[in-house]
Amino acid sequence: MAKVTIDGIEIEVADGTTILNAARQLGGASVPPAMCYYSSLKGSGGKCRVCLVKVAQGSSKDPRPIPKLVASCSTPVADGMVVQNLTSPEVLEARKGVVEFLLINHPLDCPVCDQAGECDLQNLAYEHGASTTRYEEERRTFEKIDIGDKIKLHMTRCILCYRCTMVANQLTDNRVHGVLNRGDASEISTYIEKAVDNDFSGNMIDVCPVGALTDKTFRFKSRVWFTKPMDAHRSCTKCSGKTVLWMKDNEVLRVTARKDQYGEVKEFICNECRYDHKNAADWTIEGPRHIDRHSVIAQNHYEKTDLLTLKKEIERQIEFQKGKPLPLALDEKK
Amino acid sequence: MATEKETIQFSDSALSKAKEIIGRYPEGKQKSALLPLLHLAQSEFDGWLSPAVMDYVASLLQIKPIEVYEVATFYTMFNLEPVGNHLLEVCRTGPCWLRGAEDIVKRIEQKLNIKVGETTADGKFTLKTVECLGSCGTAPMLQCGATFFENLSEESVEVLIEKLAKQKRSSYLRPTEINVG
Amino acid sequence: MGRQLLLEHIAVPGIETFEVYRKMGGYASVEKALKTMTPDQVTEQVKNSGLRGRGGAGFPAGMKWSFLDRKSDKPRYLVCNADESEPGTFKDRYLMEKIPHLLVEGMITSSYALGAKTSYIYIRGEYMYVLQILEKAIREAYAAGFLGKNILGTDYSLDLYVHPGAGAYICGEETALLESLEGKRGNPRLKPPFPAIAGLYASPTVVNNVETIAAVVPIVNLGGDEYAKVGVGKSTGTKLISASGHINKPGVYEIEMGLPVEEFIYSDQYCGGIWKGRKLKAVVAGGSSVPILPAELILKTAKGEPRLMTYESLADGGFTSGTMLGSGGFIVMDETTCIVRNLWTFARFYHHESCGQCSPCREGTGWMEKVLHRIEHGHGQMSDIDLLVDVAKKIEGNTICPLGDAAAWPVASAIRHFREEFEYHVKYPEKVKNPKHFEIEPFVSSKQLVMV
Repeated sequence: MAKVTIDGIEIEVADGTTILNAARQLGGASVPPAMCYYSSLKGSGGKCRVCLVKVAQGSSKDPRPIPKLVASCSTPVADGMVVQNLTSPEVLEARKGVVEFLLINHPLDCPVCDQAGECDLQNLAYEHGASTTRYEEERRTFEKIDIGDKIKLHMTRCILCYRCTMVANQLTDNRVHGVLNRGDASEISTYIEKAVDNDFSGNMIDVCPVGALTDKTFRFKSRVWFTKPMDAHRSCTKCSGKTVLWMKDNEVLRVTARKDQYGEVKEFICNECRYDHKNAADWTIEGPRHIDRHSVIAQNHYEKTDLLTLKKEIERQIEFQKGKPLPLALDEKK
Repeated sequence: MATEKETIQFSDSALSKAKEIIGRYPEGKQKSALLPLLHLAQSEFDGWLSPAVMDYVASLLQIKPIEVYEVATFYTMFNLEPVGNHLLEVCRTGPCWLRGAEDIVKRIEQKLNIKVGETTADGKFTLKTVECLGSCGTAPMLQCGATFFENLSEESVEVLIEKLAKQKRSSYLRPTEINVG
Repeated sequence: MGRQLLLEHIAVPGIETFEVYRKMGGYASVEKALKTMTPDQVTEQVKNSGLRGRGGAGFPAGMKWSFLDRKSDKPRYLVCNADESEPGTFKDRYLMEKIPHLLVEGMITSSYALGAKTSYIYIRGEYMYVLQILEKAIREAYAAGFLGKNILGTDYSLDLYVHPGAGAYICGEETALLESLEGKRGNPRLKPPFPAIAGLYASPTVVNNVETIAAVVPIVNLGGDEYAKVGVGKSTGTKLISASGHINKPGVYEIEMGLPVEEFIYSDQYCGGIWKGRKLKAVVAGGSSVPILPAELILKTAKGEPRLMTYESLADGGFTSGTMLGSGGFIVMDETTCIVRNLWTFARFYHHESCGQCSPCREGTGWMEKVLHRIEHGHGQMSDIDLLVDVAKKIEGNTICPLGDAAAWPVASAIRHFREEFEYHVKYPEKVKNPKHFEIEPFVSSKQLVMV
């Protein structure tokens, strides 16, 4: 076991746990965001750099800080490690930079994007981005293409997290799409026209953090916040059959896998459940699904979270943990 | 030119070379031979890699075609579209720029009446600019197939083009002996 | 000319053949190591020599060797990094082309020290003709019993292969190189694990630059302590410098570390001074990624001491007034050079070479290139200059591999030392329309500090 302190709060985790997963065990505001890491996909992470954190103390054995910020998703903890996430201005500044990099070539077409309302990039930009852009150059664009008859690939929106290629590698036995070209010309593609056709290929849509891969059977049917998510199941020979139905009245508009609070699917579902059972009678409906509504729209408030306030709140709690009397919360002072 | 309908197949000598190359890597790690095999394939099949050629290489290495596409599109030496018999790749990075690479490019464009990225109508020459080729001390320079032509001047590059025009396709594997003074 | 440990026999006719190379004392290090030393003793000599990685980072080679996981039951590999692609650097090509057996000999001796049974030389694909020179040398070494089974009758066996890249600067980064050698895209790996623990085929691996491996030959022949006597302080031995740009005698020079920069630039033994009788404006001393320095700072440190060709002296002053020895790619610019245009070519290079895996480098390198393109072509705004500084800062240190830093440092340093020139481009767009603007009308700094 290793004791690690994240933003002043101590937790003991198993050896080999990454900083990000240690923070997730802790929960709360100090969990770094993640755009490419996906715990069930082997080899994921390290690419997007939004989860960068500061290691202020390497370990109790070697207390020297790590000179550069590290990707929390792929850096294992060490006993006595001290990590700063929201409490490090350096981290917040770097993260703001990463968000800016992710957005400079993003089309910002949220008003017509199916992912809006459940988009990790939207949430990230909301939490950490700037309200204006400094980018005056022409934005990169790609043609929209179909990869298979059920999935639309909108490459212009892609942030190159590589998750969908990992799904194809690890969940299906015949990957036909991948990352082609190089640098900022990199793109997800099949190269020559080929259909992604496999019983589990639809999971690529669920792991996509942005609106690059969308379900063609749902495209433009409804904004997600006008649908009612319901946990449901059916007996299926290919997968667990446990899904979420996105309904409007009695109509099933979309079927997805169930995601946890970090947006990760724990049980992937098959294409039959996803596409072929849009009839409510095919399902046993368990009840409304609780969605951790973290998105801009779902929260129904457009004022930016003040990170300084958040930081002060954390510092307040740290003081408390040290045994000092709990100072007044900021709103209590008023 | 290789068409999709034609069966793609290495010549006997290329095939035995391919097998020798695959043998350089431990068992089960034959994918390591991908870059050398793509070089070989490009040289065998008219200087570029068509999807059919890449699929053939995938079959030789028993890997998925997408694994070849991913790699072939990453590395700039692989031509994914047909190119002229002589692909002129002029280095344009700092050290070559300092010694007049921009003038060399301009002179070639005038001489061949094409722009960077284009192929002459007769299919003899394609002109590209490339990044540092590790020939900074003999700048400006260009690469054509496996040959470096160094210490170029606007005059010597014209001579080079005239001499190349009389030759068949430049080899991607063996350097050519041409003296341009 | 100082002491030559690598290129001493370079001018001997036929030195590229086994016969002549052997006659000049070649392969002595293999005989000495295999017959009279244990592998650990060879490693010890490399440690004692103080040899530092010659690819650019300058990490102590002996220490890198000692990290190799020797307890693992997996095979161990030595991979030579011959992917030389840092703009301004061409020393490895020169060495491999002119004296290929020196590298082959270094590979055998080093592989023995590391316990590698199979070793690879990963050479950039553009050097295809050099690959053939190396393969010929390797065939000769096999024929003479220096490679293959039971070398020189000992129980040590080694196979050595040359592997071509195919056009990707990023494969000079050691984990990207290993990915590429495994037949994949050259995406750098996340570290840890380091190659010493899990490298090629997840086996313990050492990756060393061509010149580093070649230097093992004189180290074993002379002994590590003797080698360490050459040079100054922690910059031991000799270094190959690739000299290019506006000098009278571009080329590869083997220097003893500690040579004054001024002597290197102006002496007829080396660069022979600035061409066309012009004045020195600036130098990029260690390959395109290291900070550019104006003439007065490359010749003398901020403290006014003569700058020497060593890791320490070139770095004196940190990034405020110093630079790095890097790969030894020494790019010289005369007074007519436009620093902005030169920087734009570098930015274009890094944009072109970014693998695209992590976001700051993928997006940031392209952004910097576009802004620099605008400034250089007279379409910039004053705010663009600070924007560049900020974008560079947000890339630096935040990427998977050092390419991000390599792209950021030239931008930051050019603006640090030549800010007035950037402002000039914004203020006088008409004057920079001709690509050769400063040849037509030289830029004169109001501070008058540039020319020496």
